[in-house]
Amino acid sequence: MSISITHYMKFLYIVIFISTFLKVQAQSDTTDLLSLLGDEPTTEYTTASFKTSRVVNGQSIENTAKGVMDIKINHRFGFFSGGSYELFGLDQAMIRLGIDYGITDRLMVGIGRNSYEKVVDGFLKYKILRQSTGKRNMPISLSYAVDIDMKTINSSNPEVNKRFWLRAYYTNQLLIARKLSAGTTLQLMPTLVHRNYVATIAEKNDVYLMGIAARQKLSKRIAINLEYYYALPNQLTSDKTNSLAIGFDIETGGHVFQVFFVNSNGTDHRSFLTETTGKWGNGDVRLGFNISRVFTIVKPRE
Amino acid sequence: MKNTLMILLFISTCFSVQAQKYFTKSGNISFNASSPLEKIQGVSSTASTVLDATTGNLEMAVLIKSFIFEKALMQEHFNENYMESTKIPKASFKGKIENLKDVNFAKDGMYKTKITGDLTIHGVTKAVSTMADFKVTGAKIDAKTVFNVVLEDYKIDIPGLVKDKISKSAKVEVNLVLEKMK
Repeated sequence: MSISITHYMKFLYIVIFISTFLKVQAQSDTTDLLSLLGDEPTTEYTTASFKTSRVVNGQSIENTAKGVMDIKINHRFGFFSGGSYELFGLDQAMIRLGIDYGITDRLMVGIGRNSYEKVVDGFLKYKILRQSTGKRNMPISLSYAVDIDMKTINSSNPEVNKRFWLRAYYTNQLLIARKLSAGTTLQLMPTLVHRNYVATIAEKNDVYLMGIAARQKLSKRIAINLEYYYALPNQLTSDKTNSLAIGFDIETGGHVFQVFFVNSNGTDHRSFLTETTGKWGNGDVRLGFNISRVFTIVKPRE
Repeated sequence: MKNTLMILLFISTCFSVQAQKYFTKSGNISFNASSPLEKIQGVSSTASTVLDATTGNLEMAVLIKSFIFEKALMQEHFNENYMESTKIPKASFKGKIENLKDVNFAKDGMYKTKITGDLTIHGVTKAVSTMADFKVTGAKIDAKTVFNVVLEDYKIDIPGLVKDKISKSAKVEVNLVLEKMK
């Protein structure tokens, strides 16, 4: 009787011992070690909705990064409709020279000088909401941009020459953008332009517009852009048209080259939003290019 | 005698062997793909690592978006064009210490280890092998290793326009402070 119990116990001990040993082995071989750490949910913020801070003429949802300076050189030729005498517009040139700077990752500032009507412009753009997925879900990016244009060219109207602030134009915009996929972005720009001085009663001091912009990546470094600003009716005289620009972005290491066609004259907000008269159908389209070059001024602290 | 042996065996099963695991969630990984024309260096300080001291199994993962560069645009291009981090968010390693018997995790000291395993970058997995230094201090292990990664091996394309600015292989340096998992 006692012999069988001892044998049974011996057997039991051996079984228990072996099973603990086996259990340990199994744990190490089949368990994914990293899963022991547990995955903390993170928020992934959408980046690179557009390749630069402008779509063509107007603002894009992108900001210049903190501590980074972006040199902007914008060039516009003349209208195609000028014909062979004007070498299809190549004889004429208009320029904007600008410097943008990222104060923080959300706030950027920029100044520029336009040769068309000698306009000095300055703007601030603030990112209110960032599109994100993961722990924090935000379907859109939202920014607010405010721009001041000062027309410094001598005016034929003595009133304007006397009172400095009649030369000022203010543009307020909300930029609502969504990166739909890796290559496609859509942006809406409800815009209000306030003009201190207008030539006739038919021109309103406050002009409301709705802008729409789209970007489609064609390859890793080339994208096609569209930018259209629709002015609500009964605000501008009938000769005014809506600004439409279509072009390509080509990105290299530190530059973004934008090449496009646009029907607007100037490069400052007041001009392309409220004073465009070119008609695409008539060939009032000009070739333009923008060069954007970024320099890191303040390195990120590690 | 037999009974004593049985009792000893029984007692030993009570102390069932717990696998000794070490981990970190703030591992430091830096890589350098600089050329004479351009300084290209990215650093991450949130790499996750788990080491099973009993089997020598080692696993590591790092979020591509956690690499910080001096130039914001370079960081954007790294994620958007080269690593496609929205599609492939992590790089990972799964392998083991080949010479586990040469390492005594219970005894303080410097140990040279050989680590082999599968390295997955940009969705491509390749077998790799490297030497690593392990410094054991109580319940802490300072692990350090340096190895090279040939970009082409992991289908990381360098466009013709910038091929002189980016080195064809990146030098990767891993620094971890592993602590015993409770």
